[in-house]
Amino acid sequence: MSLIRRRKQNETSRPTRSDPSSIDKEDDNKKKIPAKDQNAEEIALKKLRKWSCIDSCCWLIGSICVTWWFLLFLYNAIPASFNQYVTEAITGPVPDPPGVKLKKEGLTVKHPVVFVPGIVTGGLELWEGHQCAEGLFRKRLWGGTFGEVYKRPLCWVEHMSLDNETGLDPSGIRVRPVSGLVAADYFAPGYFVWAVLIANLARIGYEEKTMYMAAYDWRISFQNTEVRDQTLSRIKSNIELMVATNGGNKAVIIPHSMGVLYFLHFMKWVEAPAPMGGGGGPDWCAKHIKTVMNIGGPFFGVPKAVGGLFSAEAKDIAVIRATAPGFLDNDIFRLQTLQHVMRMTRTWDSTMSMIPKGGDTIWGGLDWSPEEGYTPSKRKQRNNDTQVANEDDSEVVASQRKHVNFGRIISFGKDIAEAPSSQIDMIDFRGAVKGNSVANNTCRDVWTEYHEMGYEGIKAVAEYKAYTAESILDLLHFVAPKLMARGSAHFSYGIADNLDDPKYRHYKYWSNPLETTLPNAPDMEIFSMYGVGIPTERAYVYKLTPSADCYIPFQIDTSADDDDTPLKDGVYAVDGDETVPVLSAGFMCAKGWRGKTRFNPSGIRTYLREYEHSPPANLLEGRGTQSGAHVDIMGNFQLIEDIIRVAAGARGEDLGGDQVHSDIFKMSEKINLQL
Amino acid sequence: MASILRFRKLCYAVPLKLQSFEFSKVDQKQKLDKKEEDANVFLPAQDLLEVDDQKKKYPKKQQRKWRCIDSCCWAIGYLCTTWWLLFFLYHCFPATMPGFQVPESPGVRLKRDGLTALHPVVLVPGIVTGGLELWEGRPCSEGLFRKRLWGGSFTEIFKRPLCWLEHLSLHHETGLDPPGIRVRAVPGLVAADYFAPGYFVWAVLIENLAKIGYEGKNLYMASYDWRLSFQNTEIRDQALSRLKSKIELLYVTNGYKKVVVVPHSMGVIYFLHFLKWVETPPPMGGGGGPGWCAKHIKSVVNIGPAFLGVPKAVSSIFSAEGKDVAYLRAMAPGLLDSEILGLQTLEHVLRVSRTWDSVVSLLPKGGETIWGDLDWSPEEGHACQLVKKGNFQCSPNDNYTDAMRGFQIKETEKYGRIISFGKEESQLPSSQIPILNSKQELLHGSATETVNSSCRGVWTEYDEMDRESFRKIAENKVYTSKTILDLLRFVAPKTMQRAETHFSHGIADNLDDPKYEHYKYWSNPLETKLPDAPDMEIYCLYGVGIPTERSYVYKLSPNDKCKSIPFRIDTSADGDQNSRLKGGVYFVDGDESVPVLSAGFMCAKGWRGRTRFNPSGTVTFIREYQHKPPASLLEGRGLESGAHVDIMGNVALIEDVLRVAAGASGSEIGGDRIYSDILRMSERINLRL
Repeated sequence: MSLIRRRKQNETSRPTRSDPSSIDKEDDNKKKIPAKDQNAEEIALKKLRKWSCIDSCCWLIGSICVTWWFLLFLYNAIPASFNQYVTEAITGPVPDPPGVKLKKEGLTVKHPVVFVPGIVTGGLELWEGHQCAEGLFRKRLWGGTFGEVYKRPLCWVEHMSLDNETGLDPSGIRVRPVSGLVAADYFAPGYFVWAVLIANLARIGYEEKTMYMAAYDWRISFQNTEVRDQTLSRIKSNIELMVATNGGNKAVIIPHSMGVLYFLHFMKWVEAPAPMGGGGGPDWCAKHIKTVMNIGGPFFGVPKAVGGLFSAEAKDIAVIRATAPGFLDNDIFRLQTLQHVMRMTRTWDSTMSMIPKGGDTIWGGLDWSPEEGYTPSKRKQRNNDTQVANEDDSEVVASQRKHVNFGRIISFGKDIAEAPSSQIDMIDFRGAVKGNSVANNTCRDVWTEYHEMGYEGIKAVAEYKAYTAESILDLLHFVAPKLMARGSAHFSYGIADNLDDPKYRHYKYWSNPLETTLPNAPDMEIFSMYGVGIPTERAYVYKLTPSADCYIPFQIDTSADDDDTPLKDGVYAVDGDETVPVLSAGFMCAKGWRGKTRFNPSGIRTYLREYEHSPPANLLEGRGTQSGAHVDIMGNFQLIEDIIRVAAGARGEDLGGDQVHSDIFKMSEKINLQL
Repeated sequence: MASILRFRKLCYAVPLKLQSFEFSKVDQKQKLDKKEEDANVFLPAQDLLEVDDQKKKYPKKQQRKWRCIDSCCWAIGYLCTTWWLLFFLYHCFPATMPGFQVPESPGVRLKRDGLTALHPVVLVPGIVTGGLELWEGRPCSEGLFRKRLWGGSFTEIFKRPLCWLEHLSLHHETGLDPPGIRVRAVPGLVAADYFAPGYFVWAVLIENLAKIGYEGKNLYMASYDWRLSFQNTEIRDQALSRLKSKIELLYVTNGYKKVVVVPHSMGVIYFLHFLKWVETPPPMGGGGGPGWCAKHIKSVVNIGPAFLGVPKAVSSIFSAEGKDVAYLRAMAPGLLDSEILGLQTLEHVLRVSRTWDSVVSLLPKGGETIWGDLDWSPEEGHACQLVKKGNFQCSPNDNYTDAMRGFQIKETEKYGRIISFGKEESQLPSSQIPILNSKQELLHGSATETVNSSCRGVWTEYDEMDRESFRKIAENKVYTSKTILDLLRFVAPKTMQRAETHFSHGIADNLDDPKYEHYKYWSNPLETKLPDAPDMEIYCLYGVGIPTERSYVYKLSPNDKCKSIPFRIDTSADGDQNSRLKGGVYFVDGDESVPVLSAGFMCAKGWRGRTRFNPSGTVTFIREYQHKPPASLLEGRGLESGAHVDIMGNVALIEDVLRVAAGASGSEIGGDRIYSDILRMSERINLRL
């Protein structure tokens, strides 16, 4: 189209010499006559004009294409191992991938392996849609290239959302998880999730019949995956089948991220009697499961989820950010990207499984937190330049350092975050009237519950000043009542006083490790494997958004910075794997389930395996072979080696028992939980 | 792809342009004009004027200005721009062009009629159509881990053909993986929804099922490695156990609704094998116990069933010609004849396909009783003619008998002679054919002497035979479906020896004989009983009206070159106007791959009512679909096609499948629907029931 327009510009700029219509009829010879009369200047001008806009345009495009093809050709012509040569030239010989190394040691396939993907990483495809989604039948809406996000964003949001009331499919839309290993091997082209692990397992002989990806719809609550898709029944049947066809060798389960909670739910479900559970009987887990190897498990949720639900910021979706960096901030949805994202994610029940669990006992109150006194030690200096600069000398005076109140997960204003609790006067928001004073009806097209709150409510929220893990729940109930009403039917965030209370037989407690007991399977082993050494979001400093109408009224106060404390851009960070703090990932295996406790009556052995993060040495390494980041850890050679050894039959002691880099034991000691 | 081709073309074209630049400039200008017309922009005369007078000035300085590369770039840029513009316009079009009314898909229509998903559906793909992916390979296959070797775009054939063949071959003694290579079936619906991009197999059916509410939880694709013998899929991959577990799961999670199974092509006999396997006690079978099928299966909707085998399989094993691989031919037409593998494409194909046990499962079963002998065949006397190109019609027999009265002398085609050497032999009365005692002669022929030991490169068993035995084979002149087996045993002893431990091709005299408990009989409907499931229904859905290979006229390959296949179909053998001999192949009615006889006989007679093959009286239905080629290009592969694979897009068939899945019984969808002479043919077959 641009070509045409340009031509027209040329036309208008040119002085007209004669009536075009008359010349139309003249033949070629006649046309040339006036041209001969041009003077030299005009000729020169024409020479320039000869390379008219279109010509140079074409030339440019042509040359770009040619160069591109030429490079492409060269790229294809170089041998596949070229990359490896370069890498070796720079960094010295690359170690064998763990699969090859262990195959040389003689390890072969023994136990069938089940992968349980986490939130966000699994692919979703369309089975039935509205008019606007024509041609997308069985195409991926989530995972893959995300091409549709750009092509028809509103349609995409509509199809990815669930029903507000039920948390299930909206009418006329069926979006279902992709099944099979392809569901989560790559999240986007080139962005591996499980692929590296799968490839390494295949080296020692694993294949489709011994590997199973327990893909589920990660948007809906765990019990709903069974109600709608019978996913839990399917996993049960598949594990039974794999155990039966592999000579009775029990399965090794490898859940990742939210998959950890999902599988916790599964273990309770499968042994619960039929109407609510799977009816597998009390020893199903003992019979079918050898080991559960949790990777980056947010047993107690992640503070990020609070930020996500509260203001659609800082979600677990580091992945989205990585794939579409401009996506969250730009204007494709007519200035309301964040609201649309918020509206969509708030229909996903599963995000509520990640809200911090265990309340103040685990996450700390106004004045204390298990992580307090956390100083990024020298160990981290290698990895994390941003925090390190001032650390060398301050190490000496660590005791005098400012006390950081990690327990206040949300504070309004930096002062509040730092002030001792006695100086904060909290005004209770719970009874506040939600006025309709900010009745701005033009904002109706985007449904977030903030529109129903009004200015009074928003002010009341801000005046409570500081929220701990327990009051966060009240806060969320206040700002998003429908969401929480739906969510609290499926999830619970407390600590059980008496685990034998019959109420704990309800499925909403099954994914909370503090309100369930582990199954009776003394031979089973539980691993908690996670990365450490990356600053991880723990608490936020919020502010009111200046323009309150038509917008999410709260925002992280990115101006809040402090050199002395791990506060940066409004976020307090602790040790973790970038998403899950060490506390959430490690506590159950470090203390909650260690030995025979009330949460672990049969004394299942637990092991902690921490992996120190070290960023990739150069670009050629891609996402690194020693990464500790939440998703990238799936490419960590050490972790893969541990998994392969266990899959080939090793037990926890054979791997060397615990491997701890962080302060998890010290933190656990501070937590005063009845065991 | 298209742009690359264009690029190549230009590379050659451009130097020429330079020589006569004046010309090319005019040319380009014309193009320019044309393009602007395309874009509906009125090019004012001013422009013409100017461009023209520029042209006058060109010759002096243009050598500098318009160098080769420049014009090259210009041309490419121009083409790209036009391409993008057209592409853009194409996308701007509304999806439904006015004037071209897309017929409503059966799924939508039936949904409006109130049909919803009721019974879970299991799809069983046939030979060739399922995808295979690499799990472990030799160094030459680096980078192909979990990439498709079979199905998909087949790019590896062109990139590294020998490597590809090596990985698709199986071990020629065990019929399992060669050491160091693991190629496995792709799981899930993606295994066989599309065979190649744009070439649907199950996709249309899946889409229509989805319209009435099917999705991952009540739809399952039982993909298996179609190269292996059926029992080996269980031994190596536990594919049968998996299928059993899946069916049980579907049954339970869908409110105890029985399963509708939809097998296609070879999947039909695979599922027949499964039906026996699942009720057989554990070491050999699945241990489901008697009654498993009755409990879990509502109906088996066989599409294009190859119950009694296909004659195509014979020629495929014998000389790698006329394979079921209409696909392969369609996709890479030059592949079979070209020289990319060093002059031996066919030999390589023969070698690879002979390592696939499953091909043997498709050899004609039932011997002369079913397929006819030297002088007799069930199809004889059917006046079928090629009405139009590609349209095959069988007129009612009355016409034919009229014709018979007129031309008493005319010989009927002797379809029973599946292979004849020479056209005359295929038509002579049997008394005039010099018959050697084939079996004895062949088996005791001197076959051990290897003539040419330099031909080791490609392993086909023909290397191990000498000219003498080739001649003897050719002297025997005609082979019926019974002697064919002897012939194959002679020319491919290892293949047949390996495969015949897994498949049998006879007819059982006494089905209660304990030997029939062996798995090799399970996929032969003439040597097994149907399970005890009186409520189950069996459908035979197949296309008719397409000429289908039935028997062949062969010749010795004139080429004495080493390693070549010594036998060739005699493509010069053509019959007269009314004959059904064409290009060395006799045709009968069928769906292009499976003759009507093989597809329909079991449902028409073998299992109809209570027979010894069907002791519990399982109900059978025949649903035939008259082939109609697509009316226009826009229809793609046709909405009413009857061809073996294209029938999966046939609207009537889809409707039948959907209705059955939604709970209808056979009589509710209209019982039998027959266009061919299957009932008459079946009558002629003298099989004890």
